[in-house]
Amino acid sequence: MQRSQAPIDFSGNGHILNMQNLCKSYQLGTVEVKALRDINLTINQGDYVAIMGPSGSGKSTLLNMIGCLDRPTSGDYFLGGQDVSKLEDDDLSLIRGARIGFIFQSFNLISQLNIIENIQIPMFYQSISEHDSEQRARELAAMVGLGQRLKHKPSELSGGQQQRVAIARSLANDPLIILADEPTGNLDSESGADILRILDDLHSQTKTLITVTHDDNIAAHAERVIHLFDGKIEKEEYN
Amino acid sequence: MMITFRLKRTIKLGLKSLWMHKLRSILTALGIIFGVSSVIAMLAIGEGASQKAQADIARLGSQNIIIKTIKPPQDQTASGAGTQMLDYGLTYEDAERLHYSIPNVQVIVPSRIISQEVWYRNKKVSTEIIGTVPWYPESTPVNVQTGRFISNIDNQYMQGICVIDEEVADRLFVLDYPLHQDIKIGSDYYRVVGVVSKHSAVASEEDKVSGTQSKNTQGGSNVGNIYIPLTTARVRFGEINVQFGGSTGASIEKVELQEIIIKVGSVDRVLPTREIVEAVLNRFHKKEDYQIIVPLELLRQAKALARIFNIVLGSIAAISLLVGGIGIMNIMLATVSERTREIGIRRALGAKKRDIIMQFLSETLLLTFSGGILGIILGSAIPFFVTYFGKQPTDITPSALILAFGISAVIGVTFGIYPAYRAANMDPIESLRHE
Repeated sequence: MQRSQAPIDFSGNGHILNMQNLCKSYQLGTVEVKALRDINLTINQGDYVAIMGPSGSGKSTLLNMIGCLDRPTSGDYFLGGQDVSKLEDDDLSLIRGARIGFIFQSFNLISQLNIIENIQIPMFYQSISEHDSEQRARELAAMVGLGQRLKHKPSELSGGQQQRVAIARSLANDPLIILADEPTGNLDSESGADILRILDDLHSQTKTLITVTHDDNIAAHAERVIHLFDGKIEKEEYN
Repeated sequence: MMITFRLKRTIKLGLKSLWMHKLRSILTALGIIFGVSSVIAMLAIGEGASQKAQADIARLGSQNIIIKTIKPPQDQTASGAGTQMLDYGLTYEDAERLHYSIPNVQVIVPSRIISQEVWYRNKKVSTEIIGTVPWYPESTPVNVQTGRFISNIDNQYMQGICVIDEEVADRLFVLDYPLHQDIKIGSDYYRVVGVVSKHSAVASEEDKVSGTQSKNTQGGSNVGNIYIPLTTARVRFGEINVQFGGSTGASIEKVELQEIIIKVGSVDRVLPTREIVEAVLNRFHKKEDYQIIVPLELLRQAKALARIFNIVLGSIAAISLLVGGIGIMNIMLATVSERTREIGIRRALGAKKRDIIMQFLSETLLLTFSGGILGIILGSAIPFFVTYFGKQPTDITPSALILAFGISAVIGVTFGIYPAYRAANMDPIESLRHE
């Protein structure tokens, strides 16, 4: 299997993520909607960044852009030193699987698969052998405190536990960026706090984290808070 | 190595998801099961029927040209009032002429065929008496079970002997051993010198293929054949046949020979020889009182007919396969839309479009393949029951199995590719948002 990724290049500007004059617009009928305008953003290895903003501010679009789910209309996006703004669909899929760890608000586990199989999904698409991926999945499940429930289906777990599975899954390919979209949005405050603690732990292990949220309490865990308004970065704060 | 690993995983994933929806999978596969089994069963039944027809015709001899006497159509109305003698049909002279004018002839077998009642003690059977020559077996294979066939001496001395076939033997001789018994045919007694197998009973097969009914004065259908020397038949039965009844009172017919079989040296001489036969006979037969049957031509017609038959049956079965395939596509489209979110998750976690296509295509293929295999099993069982209960010959050819399986594979790909393609081309962002 041919890997289309270039080796990670930190020699240039040293940024893990670098967006330059990034714009994204949609065609809604005859109206052109500018979801993102001239985003300039750099994130370094080990950063913990929160992206905030009211609904319609372009949060989701920026998240999709960072997660390589979408391509910008104009501007550049370097991920790990590699220009990903003009990649083909297949290459984008590969990058997504290898460099981004997704954590969703609604967990997004596959209900037919058990815990260990869910954690294995990203590794499957990177062609990691069954043996290796299973071992790695066991380690990750143990790390998030679910080592005893490997054969359970997601429906047999609580929301907090499901989100922990999702975190384990996001770490499967040791990504450059962990991208969390309202990670506690569907959880009660106790399990929410639990999840935030795990994210803090990951940060302390020098993982790069980006959370998208509208909750100030969650944003308070991050070092940097980026406020989006009307598709633009309105202000940036450091906690 | 890597490919087989992914393939294994993809198949495992497919099996798992089919197993999750057992009822749905079974119902979906049913279309293919019935389609494939009907292809196999119909082809087997068609093949069996055509083989039987071809075997029947082949038994007439592919190197043979059979000339039969028929009643000329115009003579039936020509006899106005009173009694008139009809003189028609093949003659001994015809046989002679054909013998001298046709090159490359192996044998010429003239036969006289008379419908008669045969008695042994108190048992009666109405049968076809074939007065023929000792070399009759050269044109039409005769399987002698016991005793012998008509010999040259029998023919030369007009012996009162006969050779009966199994069927006649079974009817007449319930307790006795048929050999050397005397049976009464018409008004004379004949000694049984041999018993032959039933399948040599050619006259009835000829009638079937040529479409002419065997003339039976008794009204009932004839059972089996009895062979007597041609010379004996000539002296004992004569050539004049008187029939009473009907509006004209009595009808008298004079027919010398009912049948002449000409066997030529090779199959490719059959059709040219037929033309010569026609030319020779035409000179002396102003009326149309004979008919030429060429088994080779019949065989070709039967083969052509079988081909049409197979095409018709095959198309019907193919339509049912098509319907099955559409059913599969329908279910797969429903599955794809039901699993939109799963597709979105997989795409976000690094699945390429190709991976999604493979996932759904493998599910469809697993469905059609397992349906195809079950269909082959069912389709092989149906002809067995048809043969067992319906007494209808069937033949499952390997090519029918390959065809049926091939079609199910083609259907799997054809009707699986579109749903899979649709799944792969969903926008991952949209599918993640899908509830």
